[in-house]
Amino acid sequence: MSDATVPPTPPDYTQPGRVPTGPKLITTRFDQPDGYTYDGYVRTGGYTALRKALTEMTPEQVHQEVKTSEMQGRGGAGFPAGTKWGFLPPDVFPRYLVINGDESEPGTYKDRKLMELDPHQLIEGVVIAAYAVRAAQAFLYVRGEMALAQERLAQALNDAYAHNLIGRNILGTDFSVDVVLTWGAGAYIVGEETALIESLEGERGMPRLKPPYFPASKGLYLQPTIVNNVETLSNVPWIVNQSGQAFHDLGAPTSTGMRIFAVSGHVNHPGVFEVPNGITTFRMLFDAPEYCGGVRDGRSVKAFIPGGASAMWFFDEHLDLPLDKPTIDKAGSMLGSGAIVVMDDTTDMVAACWNVVNFFSRESCGKCTPCREGTTWLQRILKRILAGDGRPEDIDLLMDVSESISPGIAWPPRQTTICPLGPSAVSPIASAVRRFRHEFEHYIQHGRAVDGVVTPPIHGVHGGARIHV
Amino acid sequence: MARLTDANVVVAKEIIARFPRPKSALIPLLHLAQEQDGFLANDAMAHVAELVGVTAAEVYGTATFYEMFKFERVGRYCLNVCTGISCHLMGAWELLEHAEELLGVKAGSTTEDLLFTIEGVECIAACTEAPAVSVNHRYRYRVTPEDMDRLIDDLRHDRLGGEFPAHGVLARVRQRTPDNWAGTGAAAQQAVDAR
Ligand SMILES: Cc1cc2nc3c(=O)[nH]c(=O)nc-3n(C[C@H](O)[C@H](O)[C@H](O)COP(=O)(O)O)c2cc1C
Ligand code: SF4
Ligand code: FES
Repeated sequence: MSDATVPPTPPDYTQPGRVPTGPKLITTRFDQPDGYTYDGYVRTGGYTALRKALTEMTPEQVHQEVKTSEMQGRGGAGFPAGTKWGFLPPDVFPRYLVINGDESEPGTYKDRKLMELDPHQLIEGVVIAAYAVRAAQAFLYVRGEMALAQERLAQALNDAYAHNLIGRNILGTDFSVDVVLTWGAGAYIVGEETALIESLEGERGMPRLKPPYFPASKGLYLQPTIVNNVETLSNVPWIVNQSGQAFHDLGAPTSTGMRIFAVSGHVNHPGVFEVPNGITTFRMLFDAPEYCGGVRDGRSVKAFIPGGASAMWFFDEHLDLPLDKPTIDKAGSMLGSGAIVVMDDTTDMVAACWNVVNFFSRESCGKCTPCREGTTWLQRILKRILAGDGRPEDIDLLMDVSESISPGIAWPPRQTTICPLGPSAVSPIASAVRRFRHEFEHYIQHGRAVDGVVTPPIHGVHGGARIHV
Repeated sequence: MARLTDANVVVAKEIIARFPRPKSALIPLLHLAQEQDGFLANDAMAHVAELVGVTAAEVYGTATFYEMFKFERVGRYCLNVCTGISCHLMGAWELLEHAEELLGVKAGSTTEDLLFTIEGVECIAACTEAPAVSVNHRYRYRVTPEDMDRLIDDLRHDRLGGEFPAHGVLARVRQRTPDNWAGTGAAAQQAVDAR
């Protein structure tokens, strides 16, 4: 990427008013103290889209608006929602709608906020979507640990039923659907849609083999099922009210609408921002006073994760890329779940790499050998390097094990596994080893980090505390 | 430490009836049992098995997959310190170490007075508020060591009132099954299953 076209002085966004803006679509109630209540929602325009959809539009027309919007799913894969809804086999019933509120990809923080601060907006989107896809029932699957989100959703569902917005003959029409709140119990892998369906059937949350278990054809109880993310469906009321074209007019043609990004790590003001999709760049997010207001202590970016722990890392040459799906895919990573993690120049890359790998090794469901064994090995090797017991052959070994999980160690990753979790553990290794190989070598030769970086007191590595294996 | 109470059986049956197949209620019912006892007692799991119509072994098999379920007593307050990547970068390990020193136990264990269980946990979806901590799944953001001192002291002296319900209690509002429940999913699925 470091060719002659890169301008010598990077653009300066450190003054207000230099970044593109757009309307807020789904974060309008984040600062409204009663935005989560039925009254607070209705007072600010809530449930008008549902009324419009059920009384003025056919299911096909609603579907068409979502297709026109070209809204990409916000859960990770970025698949267009309207296209996905079109995959349902035409004559198979009952069908189900499952809402994925399992948010647990490290760095990701938006769905919990949407559920806690604007539960009715999500519910309205769910009922509209259920109407569009003719679902017999919808299941709101919320991550187990999110007690407040569950509480707010339970109250919102009770209120919505009481106002005839869910249930039998909604708003006096002949459309009926139920929405059930249900929840998990702590397992990252359950965010993967087929694992989520298993969990919803009362099983251990292990992914199903695709094909044949594409949820749209064989999902919950092997019936056609649409799985959509919380943020995806929260956008549906706006699309119905304002039109799919209005959504498409925002952002970039290849990444439409507004989108929420959580920017965390070493910036002055970490935060959750709804920004014009596809045209906002990483540098804008990091530097603009409207967003993060610069890297902490005036330091520089050493690396950043553009789309959640599963993504390949980016570096300073990527700062001016727009948050546009095809652009980021082509540059060798992904926007995933909208989770951007910034690491400044004091970051110990070996420790950061271990942290992410350790996450995947702990969360592997154990169904396939390369993932179960491979991630465990990667984690152990990294830990011994960190502990000062690294061996000269360890770097090659890391790459070898990675190769057996994800042949070619390329992007998009190939996999020898049932689901993408295994290959996700390879991303931090490929990123950190390729870019900061000298930091690994330094650990192996000298038993400690390179000068100038800060190594956190990781358990099981320093001080002999409990080992996370 | 036993079977579900009569009141909880009523709640359980209401939950089961909302799903097209009873087994789908398994995890919510296990949470109900954990809410009742603070952990999953064997009798409670057997009772849940009866209610959803599977074997106790199946219930146990599912339950052990999920980290939130505890099979023995834990502290009244489960103090979870996030060690996910964003928190790792912002002082999570130092905070965890500090909490261990304050409580005199290592992560993964419970204090002798059964007041605290401390754990280093994966990302709890509060990454922009790092380092993040939760107590019985209620959050505290951008926690400094001094905040941690105060939090633990307040919990010890029961000064935080109802902010942190007992371990096992999640939502304090339950979804109800109202009169206008449509029941279309269950009816359609049961028709398919009968074939
Ligand atoms: C390991 C793994 C974890 C995932 N976790 C989540 C999650 O927590 N939330 C989510 O919405 N999607 C998650 N996904 C993506 C889902 O499988 C699915 O693509 C998504 O929920 C579809 O919704 P969307 O099309 O609206 O984005 C995960 C995928 C994988 C492979
Ligand atoms: S890749 Fe890992 S998490 Fe995914 S199914 Fe295989 S073992 Fe489970
Ligand atoms: S990494 Fe700690 S909350 Fe996400």
